[in-house]
Amino acid sequence: MLAVVMVALAGALSGAALASGGADVRMEPAQVNRLDLASAQRGARTFVNYCLNCHTAKYMRYNRLTDLGLTDAQIRDNLMFAGEKTGDTMTVAMRPSDAKAWFGVPPPDLTVEARVRGAQWLYNYFLAFYKDDTAPSGWNNLVFPNVAMPHVLQHLSGTNQLVTKEFKTHEEAQAAALATKGVVVLGPGKDHTYVVETIVQDTPGELSPVEYQRVVADLVNFLDYMAEPAKNQRTRIGLVVLLYLVVLFFLAYWMKREYWKDVH
Amino acid sequence: MQKLLTWIDDRFPLTALWESQWGKYVAPKNFNFWYYFGSLAAFTLVIQIVTGIFLTMNYKPDAAKAFESVEYIMRDVSWGWLIRYMHSTGASMFFIVVYLHMFRGLLYGSYRKPRELTWIFGCLIYLCLMAEAFFGYLLPWGQMSYWGAQVIVNLFSAVPIIGEDLGVWIRGDYTISDITLNRFFAFHVVAVPLVLIGLIAAHLMALHETGSNNPDGIEIKKQPKDPATGLPLDGIYSHPYYTVKDIVGVVAFLAVFSAIMFFVPDMGGYFLEANNFIPADPLKTPEHIAPVWYFTPYYAMLRAVPSFLGSQFWGVLVMGAAVVIFFALPWLDRGAVKSIRYRGSKYKTWLAIFVVSFLILGYLGVVPITVWGQFPEGWPVLGGADRATVVARVLTVTYFLFFVLMPWYTARDQTKPVPERVTG
Repeated sequence: MLAVVMVALAGALSGAALASGGADVRMEPAQVNRLDLASAQRGARTFVNYCLNCHTAKYMRYNRLTDLGLTDAQIRDNLMFAGEKTGDTMTVAMRPSDAKAWFGVPPPDLTVEARVRGAQWLYNYFLAFYKDDTAPSGWNNLVFPNVAMPHVLQHLSGTNQLVTKEFKTHEEAQAAALATKGVVVLGPGKDHTYVVETIVQDTPGELSPVEYQRVVADLVNFLDYMAEPAKNQRTRIGLVVLLYLVVLFFLAYWMKREYWKDVH
Repeated sequence: MQKLLTWIDDRFPLTALWESQWGKYVAPKNFNFWYYFGSLAAFTLVIQIVTGIFLTMNYKPDAAKAFESVEYIMRDVSWGWLIRYMHSTGASMFFIVVYLHMFRGLLYGSYRKPRELTWIFGCLIYLCLMAEAFFGYLLPWGQMSYWGAQVIVNLFSAVPIIGEDLGVWIRGDYTISDITLNRFFAFHVVAVPLVLIGLIAAHLMALHETGSNNPDGIEIKKQPKDPATGLPLDGIYSHPYYTVKDIVGVVAFLAVFSAIMFFVPDMGGYFLEANNFIPADPLKTPEHIAPVWYFTPYYAMLRAVPSFLGSQFWGVLVMGAAVVIFFALPWLDRGAVKSIRYRGSKYKTWLAIFVVSFLILGYLGVVPITVWGQFPEGWPVLGGADRATVVARVLTVTYFLFFVLMPWYTARDQTKPVPERVTG
C-alpha cells in the first residue's frame, strides 16, 4: 500500500516537473513490462543488431544477460558477433573521434539512457522519425527535433512524413491534437498561430505498424532493463523487507506498550 | 561480567558515561510524534557512515573513472546497488528528518534558555550537513553533479574583489575538474564527517546537561521530586522507556525508507536526478540546472534577488543570511511561553507563514522561473515579469520577517497560562 502511494506521489511530482517546457509534446504510453523477459530478450537482439554498431553500452557485460534467462552459450551464439568474451562489456570498434566527424556528435553510450530519458520517451522517440530532406542525415524526429541519428529501423517501420496543421487559437489546436492518435507536438507558429505536428506513414516497411510498435516496445523494455539490471531483484526483495518490517513494527509496538504500562 | 565492568570503570568512566548520556538520563514523559526525529537523525547518520564506508571501497575519485565506478557499483559489485541506494536515499531522508527535527524546535521553543547551545550546535550540524551533501553530490560525476558544483562555487566567485581568487582556491582549478573532485572526496569522506560527529557529540552532551524540553515547554527539573523514585514528577528514565519507544520509531522510519529505496529510489527525479545519469561534460551546459530538493528553498531565494550595482552577490548574501539567521533564534524569541500549545495567535500565524514560505520556495527552486508564466504586459510595475520570481521575492521577504519581527510579535502575543504538570 505504502509503495503504491510512494509510486503515485513520485509520478505526480515528475508529471508536475514535465509540464513546464516550451512546445507541448503528447506521447503515447510505452507498452513495456519489465517482468516480460521474453520481450527483453527480443529487445536485446534488436539492440545488438541495430544499436550496438554506433552506440556502446560500455558498463553492461554480455554475461549479465543471464538475468533475462539466457545461458552463456545462447548469449555467445546469438548476441555476440566480434569474438568478444561473455565477461566483456558492450563496446564497439568505432572511435569517438570518427563518430563525431560522421554524425556531428558522438552517439551517446546507451547503458543508462533509459534512466536519463525514461521508457515512455524512448518508446515514442522510435515511433517519431520522419523524412526530412533538409536534415544532414535525411531524418528528423518529432520527440527529439533535429536529432543527429538517422532512422536505423526504417526498413522495418517504413517511412513517415510530417503533417503540419495551423490553427488560429490554442483551443482549436488543442482539440485537433487530442483528436489525433500517436505522437503529437503542439507549438507556437508564425503570427500568433498554433501548429500541430503529427506524422503519417507514406511507404510501408517490412512490418505492419502494430508489429513495429511491438519491436520498439521490446527494445525499450531491454533498454529499461539494461539501465538498471537489478531492478526486478530490487522490487522482489523490497516486498519481503516491507513485510518483515510490518511484523517487526507490531512486535516493537507491543514491547513499547508493555514497558510503558508503568508510566502514569 | 560484573568484575570486568568494575575493572573498566576503575580506569575509564564507562558506566558513568552511559548513565549520564542515556541510561539514567531523565526525560519528560510526554514526548510526542515530533520527538522521534532526533534519534532518527542519529540513526540515519549511522546508515550514511556505514554505507559510505562500503561505497568508498569501490568508488574511484578520478574524473575519468568516477562515473564508471558508480555504474560498476550498481552492476558488478555484490549488493552494490543496494548500498548505493541506501546512501542516496539516506541523503534525502537525512534532510527530511533534520528539517522535521528543526521544526519541532520551532513548535515547542526548544531553542530557548537554557538550551541555546544545544540549538547552536544543531545549527552548526545543519551547516555541516549542507556542506557534506554538497561535496558528496559531485562524486557521481554526472551532469548535475558537475554543473551543480559549478553553480555553487560560482556563488563564492560573486564575492566582491576576492571572488575570482576564492573560486579558484575552492576548486583548485579554473573550472570544476579532477582536482576539485579529489578534494571534494577528501572533504566528503574524512573532513566533514569528523566535524559532524564532534558536533553531534557536543549537541547531545549539551542537551543531556540541560535536560530535554517537551511539548508543554515545562522545565521538569524545576518540579518537586517524586519521593518514591527521586525523579521529577513528570520525568522518566530514557532507558528503557525511550529506548523501546525510539525502536518503534526506527522501525516505522525503516518502512518508509525501504518503500522509497526498493520501489522508487529516484523518487521521480527528486532523490536521484535523471540528468545525473549522463556523465559530466564540461562543454555542455544542461538546459535546466537545479540543486537537489533540500537546497531548493535557498536556491529560489538566490534566483529571486535581483542583481544590484552590477553584482549578483546580494543573492548570495540573502541565501547565506537565510541559513545563518537560525543561530539568532534563542535571542529573537521573547515570548512568555515556549510551547506553541500556550502561544497566542501571532506566533502561530507567523510560524504558518514561515512554513508555507519555506515549502513554496522549495518548490520554486526546483522548477524553471517561467513555470507560472508572466504578468500581462502593460501592468504597472509587474508587467512582463515572471510570476514565479515575484512570488519568490514576496516569500523571501516573509521568510525573513518571521525572524526579524519575532522580538515584537512574541513579546506582544496573548499567551495562555502554562500548567504545573505536563499534559500527556
